[in-house]
Amino acid sequence: MNRRDFVKTVGGMSVAALGTQNARAEEAAAPKEFVGVLVDTTLCVGCRSCEFACAKVHGFPEPDPSPDVFKEPRQTSTKQWSVVNRFETDKGEMFVKKQCMHCNQPACAAACATKAMLKTEDGPVIWRADKCMGCRFCMLSCPFDVPKFEYDSWIPKIQKCNLCWDRLQEGEKPACAEACPVEAIKFGERRDLIEMARARIAKNPDTYVQEIYGEHDAGGTGYLYLASVPFEQLGFRTDLGTVAYPEYTKDFLYAVPVILTLWPAFLLAVSNATKKDND
Amino acid sequence: MEIHTDNGSKLALVLSEGRRFGRFLVSEMKPKGKIVTPFNVFAAVVLLVAAVLLVIRFTRGLAATTNLSQDFPWGIWIGFDVVTGVAFAGGAYVITFMVYILRLEKYHPIVRITVLNGFLAYVFYAGALLFDLGRPWNVINPIIGNSFGVSSVMFLVAWHFMLYMIAEFIEFSPAAAEWLGWRRVRKLLGSLTLGAVILGITLSTLHQSGLGALFLMAKNKIHPLWYSEFIPILFFVSSIFAGLSMVIVEGTVSQRVFRRQISPEHRAAHDEIIIGLAKVCAGTMYIYFFLKILVFIHGQHWNYINTPMGWWFLVEIVGFVLIPVRLFTQAVRFRNLSLIKVAAVLTLIGIVLNRLNVSIIAFKWYAIEHYVPSWMELEITLGVIVAEILVLRWIVNRMPILREPPGWALDRPEPARKQAFVVKEGERKEWTVTSM
Repeated sequence: MNRRDFVKTVGGMSVAALGTQNARAEEAAAPKEFVGVLVDTTLCVGCRSCEFACAKVHGFPEPDPSPDVFKEPRQTSTKQWSVVNRFETDKGEMFVKKQCMHCNQPACAAACATKAMLKTEDGPVIWRADKCMGCRFCMLSCPFDVPKFEYDSWIPKIQKCNLCWDRLQEGEKPACAEACPVEAIKFGERRDLIEMARARIAKNPDTYVQEIYGEHDAGGTGYLYLASVPFEQLGFRTDLGTVAYPEYTKDFLYAVPVILTLWPAFLLAVSNATKKDND
Repeated sequence: MEIHTDNGSKLALVLSEGRRFGRFLVSEMKPKGKIVTPFNVFAAVVLLVAAVLLVIRFTRGLAATTNLSQDFPWGIWIGFDVVTGVAFAGGAYVITFMVYILRLEKYHPIVRITVLNGFLAYVFYAGALLFDLGRPWNVINPIIGNSFGVSSVMFLVAWHFMLYMIAEFIEFSPAAAEWLGWRRVRKLLGSLTLGAVILGITLSTLHQSGLGALFLMAKNKIHPLWYSEFIPILFFVSSIFAGLSMVIVEGTVSQRVFRRQISPEHRAAHDEIIIGLAKVCAGTMYIYFFLKILVFIHGQHWNYINTPMGWWFLVEIVGFVLIPVRLFTQAVRFRNLSLIKVAAVLTLIGIVLNRLNVSIIAFKWYAIEHYVPSWMELEITLGVIVAEILVLRWIVNRMPILREPPGWALDRPEPARKQAFVVKEGERKEWTVTSM
């Protein structure tokens, strides 16, 4: 190994290092509190006003108004960012709104190589068409299986709830929260919503289960749910744990700069040590 | 190059050199063998159908050609083409490590073919990623820096694929320079080799494991027998013997198909090379098996063993890790080359199983409607493989990959190789090229 080889190797390495930098899970260190939504499923009457308002605001076709849609629990789709499902529970019929959970530390945004999927400082997780390369790693990573992909288009988009990001910029509430006739969907700062939810549980301990879904699940989510029956009965995944999903790749990403600096030095040293004609 | 003082004759020389070079390129473009062979006909049909399907895919979306769904965003174009293909291409970084870092000169004869294979595998299999990307025109976004998703494993993998392809190209480029007769370029490129090798090994370590790290956030979607926080390490370790098994199988095929190009010395050395590689395979596979068992016990997954997924897990671990590693060990002890080849093939099947299990089969194993690839996805994958083989054959038939390099290229600063060939300088033979 002469000096020229060394310089070349180091040069190559710094290019590589540029590529990875010190990759770390985005810290939720925004100065302001995230906004979120509290859904009280004990209040929901299943009128689906939120569904219709959502479709209207975002320019999607009007959802099928027939009550037949309740026969099977539905998933959100490329044409419906929000759906209401009906569940048979211990306490009778219950309705649950389903949409993007707007995680505090979203797996989808950590997965995105181009920052197309972005956790905004205000809280909503948004998707940006001009950045996305369509790799669908967000779909693979999302513990709630929320992002949906337009497989039938040659210029496909990812479709998912953006918490009415455009409306929030203009000082308005999300369309679903505004449309709800029974105030089952409450928009506000996440901290206030948790306080409100706790107060409701404390006031009516017989009505509610002693848990707010989303307070800690998957590291905490922007959407929070109250219920009168265990959440498994309402189609929620309760096996997600309380660790934020980006944490699962953090160890690997932390190891990258270490390997990127130590490995070449080690390889250079071994290569020099095994050289036969220079000693 | 001669130096001419007269400008006119200089120009004339440049022109005539240019014309000569042009004629050389044109003649090299022509096929070198029979055009209508069974393989060529097969390849033509496969490529034609794949081309038509790709037009449909890019005009009508992924749904027109694939069975991908909202529940299964990744199919075999990722699970096989990229995740498995890159593991198979791991031979390049292992062999360059052995030859340029450990300086085990015994393996020098297979460096070029392995590096070329690795380079083409990345170009074609990682390149096939473009078919899978929904918005491929944005693929440069993570590279040009208008939006660095530095917290993304995908970002790391994208960068490393690109940088690794450059490193592999540099490692391979001296052969191209020798083919074109560019002596000074050849010298320059040769001097870059060690740097490219070190960069390549480092990048490989990270992106072989990075491909596994892609699945870390799919924690609740992959069956517990396959999901573990050690997926990156398991992917890295298995890429070593996956790559070497590929070198063994590919080398066996090359010895037949390109027999005329391979010197008798190389042919004689080949058995020893294969046995050496089998030893490394056996060693790393024992480590891998040990790690797998450790992860299994650590995860306390006994309760899953007597379920259909558990039996499937045992098929992978016993049938395609434990059995081939025993075969490798036996084969090395008794110097049984055909047994080594059997073990290598079993190992490769095991790698396909493992990568497909993590990315597809054990992914959402609970789903009622599980993803199964469409015939069109399989056909396009076959097209990618066929295209790679054609390009590989084209290059091997023209450049000194298996053949010895031209005499002028031998005085490079690679001591052992120099020694090996200086002796034979007087009795150099021309290795004729007859296959296409």
